[in-house]
Amino acid sequence: MIEWYTAIEIVVALLVGLVCIVYGLVGRGPNDYTLGATLFVELLLVAQFVIALIAPLSGNMPTGSLLEFWLYLGVALIIPPAAVFWGLVERTRWSTVILGAACFAIAVMLYRMTAIWFIQGT
Amino acid sequence: MPMANNGSSRAVGAGRVLIAVYAILALAAVARSGFQIATKFDTAPVAYLLSALAGVVYVLATIALLGRGTTWYRVAWGTIVFEFIGVVVVGALSLFDAALFPADTVWSYFGRGYGFIPLVLPVLGMLWLRKTRPPRAA
Repeated sequence: MIEWYTAIEIVVALLVGLVCIVYGLVGRGPNDYTLGATLFVELLLVAQFVIALIAPLSGNMPTGSLLEFWLYLGVALIIPPAAVFWGLVERTRWSTVILGAACFAIAVMLYRMTAIWFIQGT
Repeated sequence: MPMANNGSSRAVGAGRVLIAVYAILALAAVARSGFQIATKFDTAPVAYLLSALAGVVYVLATIALLGRGTTWYRVAWGTIVFEFIGVVVVGALSLFDAALFPADTVWSYFGRGYGFIPLVLPVLGMLWLRKTRPPRAA
């Protein structure tokens, strides 16, 4: 796990989450921007997935449980696509709020993942 | 506002956000307690089993909120009240006996490890259920 990359990822997830929730609460249904931004969060997660695959091979080992880390990452990867799917099926303001809630959940899970990787075992 | 609706009186409007958050919490609680039971069950068996039970109840609550009719309405009430009692009782117990309920279970310290969402969610759920009470048809 790369510290600066994950930090950027958390900030992006929080920003997208905030923007989606505000958009939803002012009454906008999901549009290309909010759906796209949520997909971007997913894309960053996929990159995180690749990084986490390679990192241990290049000596960047987690201090904590690798299994727990992968469990978080695996669950995290499901959430944005599920929210986007919901947003495509149900085009109301509340679907935009759900996109935001999903991104916030991703930020929290990434934070937990950094704790597992950098802090848990030390 | 056009809406794809399965006929449920609860899965509408803001209730959809509630259901989505329930679904995320259900996923988190089931996955995490599963991991804890698989790897460190002995350190706090009661707490981790309760956490798993909480996870299953969250799944049931999510389904009940999506469901139609009065039966699902009652199931939704039952599961949400159960969660509320769970988070309050376990939250209080964890203050007195930290060893029995370590910080990493879903209800410890009133759900602090989950941003107190386990404490807030049942309250919102009960308010939502009150608002969407199905008509008493014969």
